[in-house]
Amino acid sequence: MNFNLDFLRFRFIALVVSVSFILVSFATISIQQLQLGLDFTGGTLVEVGFTETVDPEEIRTYLEGNQIDALVQAFGSDKDLLIKIPSSENIENANIVIDSLKEQYSFQLRRSGFVGPQVGGELRDQGGLGLLAALLVMMIYIMFRFQYKFAIGAVVALFHDVLIVLGIFSIFRLEFDLSVLAALMAVIGYSLNDTIVVSDRIRENFRAKRKLNSEQVINRSLNNTLGRTLITSLTTLLVLFSLLFLGGEIIRNFAIALSIGVVVGTYSSIYVLTNVLLSMKISADDLAERTKESFDDGMP
Amino acid sequence: MGVFVFGIIYALPNLSPPDPAVQVSLQSASDSFDSRLVQSVRNIVRKEGIPDENIEVNQKSLLIRTNSYEEQIKLKDELRRELGPDYVVALNLAYSTPTWLQNLNASPLKLGLDLRGGIYFLLEVDTDSLIETRLEANAEDFKRRLREESLSFRSIESDKESVTFLFATEEDKSDSLSFLRGFLTDFEIIEESESFKIKFSREGITSIQDYAVQQNLTTLRNRVNELGVSEPVVQREGAKRISVQLPGIQDTAEAKKIIGKTANLEFRLEANNRTLRSRKEPFDFRGVSVDLEKNIIISGDKVADANVGYDESGFPQVNITLDGEGGAKMHRSTRNNVGRKMAVLFIERKSAAKEIILPNGTLDLIIEPVITKRVISLATIQSALPNRFRITGLDSPNEASELALLLRAGALAAPMEFVEESTVGPSLGAENIRLGIQSLILGLFLVLIFMIIYYKIFGLFANIAVIFNLILITAIMSILSATLTLPGIAGIVLTVGMAVDANVLIFSRIREELKNNSRATDAIIAGYDRAFVTILDANITTLIVAVILYAIGTGPIKGFAITLSIGIVTSMFTSILGTRAMVSLIYRKNNVRRLWI
Repeated sequence: MNFNLDFLRFRFIALVVSVSFILVSFATISIQQLQLGLDFTGGTLVEVGFTETVDPEEIRTYLEGNQIDALVQAFGSDKDLLIKIPSSENIENANIVIDSLKEQYSFQLRRSGFVGPQVGGELRDQGGLGLLAALLVMMIYIMFRFQYKFAIGAVVALFHDVLIVLGIFSIFRLEFDLSVLAALMAVIGYSLNDTIVVSDRIRENFRAKRKLNSEQVINRSLNNTLGRTLITSLTTLLVLFSLLFLGGEIIRNFAIALSIGVVVGTYSSIYVLTNVLLSMKISADDLAERTKESFDDGMP
Repeated sequence: MGVFVFGIIYALPNLSPPDPAVQVSLQSASDSFDSRLVQSVRNIVRKEGIPDENIEVNQKSLLIRTNSYEEQIKLKDELRRELGPDYVVALNLAYSTPTWLQNLNASPLKLGLDLRGGIYFLLEVDTDSLIETRLEANAEDFKRRLREESLSFRSIESDKESVTFLFATEEDKSDSLSFLRGFLTDFEIIEESESFKIKFSREGITSIQDYAVQQNLTTLRNRVNELGVSEPVVQREGAKRISVQLPGIQDTAEAKKIIGKTANLEFRLEANNRTLRSRKEPFDFRGVSVDLEKNIIISGDKVADANVGYDESGFPQVNITLDGEGGAKMHRSTRNNVGRKMAVLFIERKSAAKEIILPNGTLDLIIEPVITKRVISLATIQSALPNRFRITGLDSPNEASELALLLRAGALAAPMEFVEESTVGPSLGAENIRLGIQSLILGLFLVLIFMIIYYKIFGLFANIAVIFNLILITAIMSILSATLTLPGIAGIVLTVGMAVDANVLIFSRIREELKNNSRATDAIIAGYDRAFVTILDANITTLIVAVILYAIGTGPIKGFAITLSIGIVTSMFTSILGTRAMVSLIYRKNNVRRLWI
């Protein structure tokens, strides 16, 4: 593929789009918040498979009659139900639900779970800390391998990606559990991958094409890497869609988060990184110092 | 090439999936395993219509392969009922790895609970209450020592965090403190004019925590073994937690009862001729019946510590430390009974199958606890016992260490609380495997097709590299005996998508070079060389993320992180070195005009 697109002509539109996406994400996360899963809130969960179609409402009323206040929803098929008792502190709840259902219905226990409140809170803190740690280590690595302007650009791009995925999860009230957190980490890794490939090319072109101005260099670099960026995103999306459609209920939110992340990450490596670099007035001089060294250790 | 063969060999065992099986083993290691048992198992198995060759006789266990999960459950219930409580009958998986592979230590991947079905518990050890108990025990001990030395004090009081010593004069205080200082290594001492206060130091607290968790871990292992689950995992998680994985069982209620039980040791006096008949109970002590008083002096949860030591003449003994309350009770009961014998009664709870007839006439099999009690030590009381005492007159160091173990194992060092639990039914496990494999195959298929269409012959190279990469991941995970979970499969699927990235980078570079009118061989060399740095940077950053995920993650996240990091490393290898080997093999000559890329 040989591209010659003027990406940077749209950089201000992209800026507006990115900023408004981030604002919307912020707004929805603060107003509507995230639909935190059992892993983070603590509570009890029971998944049962019935032999015939069941109405979740009927089961909910039945459980209520047995003094169990639970959320009941269909899960995957209309024969499978997910019963949740949020933030309960009693580990026996799962057994109580199962025993009281047994009196009236015939079903198979698919899975059950209990997360104590102390564990939930800890996971939440640990997860948040993990995300921050990942961002920080990335920043240091890029600062070391490239230059601080790239590090800032990359971290802004990562924040942008993570926030937008969180925003979409909040708007559509998708459940945010441990597997989605893992997906977010993978999004960080993936988006960074893109960002580094682009940065690498920008650095190379700054050194090789000294006659061009910064905008031209960046434009050229984006065109150089566009083919690779699109193809890798496509192959990754291919497998993600196969996970999304065949992977089953438990893996679904993971696949959704990662798919959104891949799309947003591809976009951010084109526009967010470059916008940050240009606004910090990146130039060939920024990269001059390390030129020799880097050429020696890798590129002949 | 070597890596290729190695990868294939160690990935091979995963081709033949394990069969559901039932394992019969002995309840205690010392019992003998005779041919009579093998014969009776054989009879039961025949009745179920399973051929004899499905029975595998091992050193300490029998393994019977079944054809389906339903057959497995039925056979387990049948064996439990027929063999009784002396044998552990558990669900297991039988691997069919050929002997020559087993000799190379090649074995199939371990499946996580989400793929195999089973129960997971996370327990938190309440170390605070142990620290309180320890303080109490120490306070009692110090009181006694000061009295023995005729050092006067006004009072010694313990609370949740500290022990306060009050004295009449400043002189009394310094006398006592200088006497006690040698015993206070684990403590911080806060001095005031006529009193001082002691608190456990940070190291002291850590060592108590470590002791408690370690002790509970041992106890839990013993208890889990009673459940008769095959391949249970009991391990420490962080400072204060213990996780228990029980593959293949679904009965959470029963599992919880056994894991969560307490107090199964009792100290009692031997009955003498003044003991009323109604106050006596006979128990077994090494095959002989002894009568004990019904009255319990203390139970096992008052034992703070027990370990093996040697007396002045080198005979083994067991040193026992009781907590404050236990020490006081022990002192009160023994002071008037010097010369009599005291027994340690060990109470074991096993589960056994029992047949019941339901009102509608059908037979049902229920699991119910069977409690057995036996005396593990009977020793003469030589003086009124304080909170630290010893049991002597033991025959061998082995006997001493077994007694110490039982004393410690009898009770938990500190109470525990269930903080997390999850159960996965076997049908869901099987479904998860099916879905995982299906999505892996579809994803792989789509990527392979795309690469061939887009990069033609080079796409084929990349595809061979991706498939080889999958083989390598499987091999390495099998060797590391890492556990495969559903998020782990997701990690592998993702690796497939991202593994081609390195090749895409290289191939785009080669195309670019070709466009700049480089010669074919030069274009290949330049493409690989220039893409290398980019690939390295990109992969190292992803690897950093994977490592952080592993470090902070629990269960599901760890599984994902493991496969992702292994995948990153192997994909670097296959997509750079692997494809390069293939490319240079085919385009070896310098006169290649055109690349089909």
